[in-house]
Amino acid sequence: MADPMKIRATVAGDSTEVKVLMSHEMETGQRKDSKGNVVPAWFIQTVTATWNGKPVLSAQWGTAIAKNPFLAFKFKGGAKGDKIQVTWVDNKGDKRTDETVIA
Amino acid sequence: MIAIDIGAVLWRRESERRGRMGTTRREVLKTGGGVTLMALLAATGWLVPGRGHAQTWSKAAFDAKSVDEAEKALGGGPVTPSKDIAFVSTPDIAENGAVVPVGIASALPKTESIAILIEKNPTLLAAVFDLPPGTDSAISTRVKMAQTSNVYALVKADGKYYVASKEIKVTIGGCGG
Repeated sequence: MADPMKIRATVAGDSTEVKVLMSHEMETGQRKDSKGNVVPAWFIQTVTATWNGKPVLSAQWGTAIAKNPFLAFKFKGGAKGDKIQVTWVDNKGDKRTDETVIA
Repeated sequence: MIAIDIGAVLWRRESERRGRMGTTRREVLKTGGGVTLMALLAATGWLVPGRGHAQTWSKAAFDAKSVDEAEKALGGGPVTPSKDIAFVSTPDIAENGAVVPVGIASALPKTESIAILIEKNPTLLAAVFDLPPGTDSAISTRVKMAQTSNVYALVKADGKYYVASKEIKVTIGGCGG
């Protein structure tokens, strides 16, 4: 099981900014190990974010997203205490969901 | 879908070529050399998914390589350069290609999705973000870049496609090596 994401959500005016830091190797499948074997690709493929259960962002990622991915976006609305939930699924089928409340 | 089939064929061809030559990073990257903007967009024009598709990862989209043939096959597609798409907090020169911050903001009304494409990466498409109504048409993330390359922001707004590009110079590559 992957390490938890760090999610920060803050209200600024009428919108909420969400910043997510995920913990993932994001192997491209291009790299070789010391024995010359190709390190198989291992990367997050889909990311979804919800605000009180309502989707506010969904994304598909390729191998070009950097290791330990960072993501920031904003949506209209949101109040302190609302729940933000972020889920990712990688190409091995591993999955992680974390949530935070808007500060 | 025809477009997907073309993608699959091109992907196979690419694999065969790499298989024969042996895959060095240089060669893989070299194949990305002379691609025109339209070819890039043709390669990806079909693939920016509509809303609700994001749950299924589009293999064809991310397999799209540097495909000159795709331009002819797909006829380019109506993609308009736009000044309403801006790169924010994106460097001109990235010291480390493994971590390149990219932020894209679209001022186009009804922006539905934003895609990041890196011309000279082994995988052309880096990410597609679907933005439901209510979500600001701006995202930022960090990508890997194999070498100095043009980065394209492909935005779908009100059913049409728009593009903006920016060259980011990389001093250290981000793909192992």
